[in-house]
Amino acid sequence: MSILVNNETRLIVQGFTGQEGSFHGSQMIEYGTKIVAGVTPGKGGQTHLNVPVFNTVAEAKIATDANTSVIFVPPAFAADAIMEAVAAELDLIICITEGIPTKDMVTVNEFLKNKNTRLVGPNCPGVISPGKAKIGIMPGFIHKPGSIGIISRSGTLTYEAVHQISNNGMGQSTSIGIGGDPINGTNFVDALSLFAKDDETDGIVLIGEIGGTAEEDAAQWVIDNNFTKPIVAFIAGRTAPPGRRMGHAGAIIAGGKGTAQDKMAALKAANIRVVENPAELNITMKTLLH
Amino acid sequence: MKIHEYQGKAILRDYGVAVPDGFPAFSVDEAIKIYDKLDSKVVVVKAQIHAGGRGKGGGVKLAHNRDEVERLANEILGMNLITHQTGPEGKEVQRLLIEQRVDIAREFYAGIVLDRERQQYAFMVSTEGGMEIEKVAAETPERIIKEWIDPSVGLQSYQLRNLVFGLGLQGAQIKNCIKILNALWKVFVEKDCSLIEINPLVVTKDDKVIALDAKINFDDNGLFRQKELAELRDTSEEDPAEVEAGKYNLNYIKLDGNVGCMVNGAGLAMATMDIIKLYGSEPANFLDVGGVANAETVANGFKLILSDPNVKSILINIFGGIVRCDRVAQGVIDAMETVAVKVPVIIRLEGTNAKEAANLLNNSTMEFLVANSFEDAAQKSVKAAQEMK
Repeated sequence: MSILVNNETRLIVQGFTGQEGSFHGSQMIEYGTKIVAGVTPGKGGQTHLNVPVFNTVAEAKIATDANTSVIFVPPAFAADAIMEAVAAELDLIICITEGIPTKDMVTVNEFLKNKNTRLVGPNCPGVISPGKAKIGIMPGFIHKPGSIGIISRSGTLTYEAVHQISNNGMGQSTSIGIGGDPINGTNFVDALSLFAKDDETDGIVLIGEIGGTAEEDAAQWVIDNNFTKPIVAFIAGRTAPPGRRMGHAGAIIAGGKGTAQDKMAALKAANIRVVENPAELNITMKTLLH
Repeated sequence: MKIHEYQGKAILRDYGVAVPDGFPAFSVDEAIKIYDKLDSKVVVVKAQIHAGGRGKGGGVKLAHNRDEVERLANEILGMNLITHQTGPEGKEVQRLLIEQRVDIAREFYAGIVLDRERQQYAFMVSTEGGMEIEKVAAETPERIIKEWIDPSVGLQSYQLRNLVFGLGLQGAQIKNCIKILNALWKVFVEKDCSLIEINPLVVTKDDKVIALDAKINFDDNGLFRQKELAELRDTSEEDPAEVEAGKYNLNYIKLDGNVGCMVNGAGLAMATMDIIKLYGSEPANFLDVGGVANAETVANGFKLILSDPNVKSILINIFGGIVRCDRVAQGVIDAMETVAVKVPVIIRLEGTNAKEAANLLNNSTMEFLVANSFEDAAQKSVKAAQEMK
């Protein structure tokens, strides 16, 4: 089954004719993702990479019956792009953009309430269900269809985990990058809920990092909901100094809170296997599955 | 982005928040001139650094006359101020704030910050002014009054009343405090702040409410639309290598260890730092080179890492997805021709064209160790650093 993206995904690329949108758009097409429309205001009526371009998301949806959007729009305009896609009533929006002001995302979050649209990101590499659809910037070739669900706040560290899994006789049902920002649309808990109901997913790899309480919330959710599929977790940033933003806007230990140690302790208390060595994700997962 | 107290107060002044009368001084002479200008016999000489705890560290002193201003300005300007927030190395004081002394009746805390769990901004006040808010939250959380701002309607008057009456203010203090708290929220929104802390917010003997300190941090992601704020940046408060890194669009943070690292991706960079520690050394830095790993980027990365004399080995860990590993390998080879790298370099490249990359590296005349896995890379770089001692 996989979650979120699959063969039914009909994708709009917002920012399609820009540099990032074009490059990754063509990569997604190459992977087999069904891109049905591009949106760039002012370029409606054109064709780009053999795909029709529209001025607005609403027009694109009506014309193509799209259900998903991926956003490659610069930070100054990205929050607006997200809200446009929400207003057009798409099912899923994946926002790749890094650098959206936090205040804008607080507003977007509010706008999402009581709507039927799910947002993944921002500041994320995207979502891929290997063999079905790739939405985002991840390298498709390292992925293999399989039964491990991956949920990660990172980009290349996710690829590291995927690579380990693929090279150890396993594969991924869906890999979802939830992103490195402090405010995002889908968190560990949301992804776990989806994976819980997915028959194709047998185990989970959870990649967290310092900052916020998403991992602690996940641990509590696992306890409260009796989630029994094995989970292997790695938390990046044990060696990160407090008070410094480690690349990601959300990766910061503030007021003593959000340390890797606290997160690891919370996860262990929920019987989640925490690996200290990021090179051992695959071995541990394999052990837990058998 | 952080700014100095005097800059924060200047912004607050613009928004109608009462702050003590005062001016920044960059020399002892200026400090004296300001004393003469101010309408106050007693003034406070305050060190300006991007860290708290300045009072306890000896950076905030009362001066009762001109001579004392001169003496204290001399003492504090140029001192290496160590506080619990500067780290043991302390910070050199290059600027002072000379301001009138205020008659304090009561001290409070007021602050605005993102509550990540609620995903909303929280306005907090507390009767425990002058204390670290984390300490109050840990020991006497009931002394903190919190209002979350609903993004759909913004800060409402009833919330301001909850905060102010919660502090036990009376009479004219109420109106004065509401005015200030309202202004703080306005600043927060209009300037894309990530934190505002007024600690202490004081009530004077004649019921005035004054911001005695001002800490304002800005969301780095918002700076592109806050052009005026960029001018407030004080790069002397930042690590020189980190300032340099910004010019190359590289994300670099100096740490204390001796294994330098160069990685693409913040999460992978942190994991690389972590695995170095796991194998027995300490990382010398965090460096995320992002999506571009060409010769120029790698050369700049080398320069940054090598500006730290503690570095005894360098680990390059690149996972190439879109980025092709053979291009990175060529970039490293080219970079090493332009930058004299006198410490062992360990390279681990994985992903697109990893095999071609390994061939390039192995056939090159440049000296480096090629790692065949994440673990191998960590082991090799730690061993190399230990052997360099």
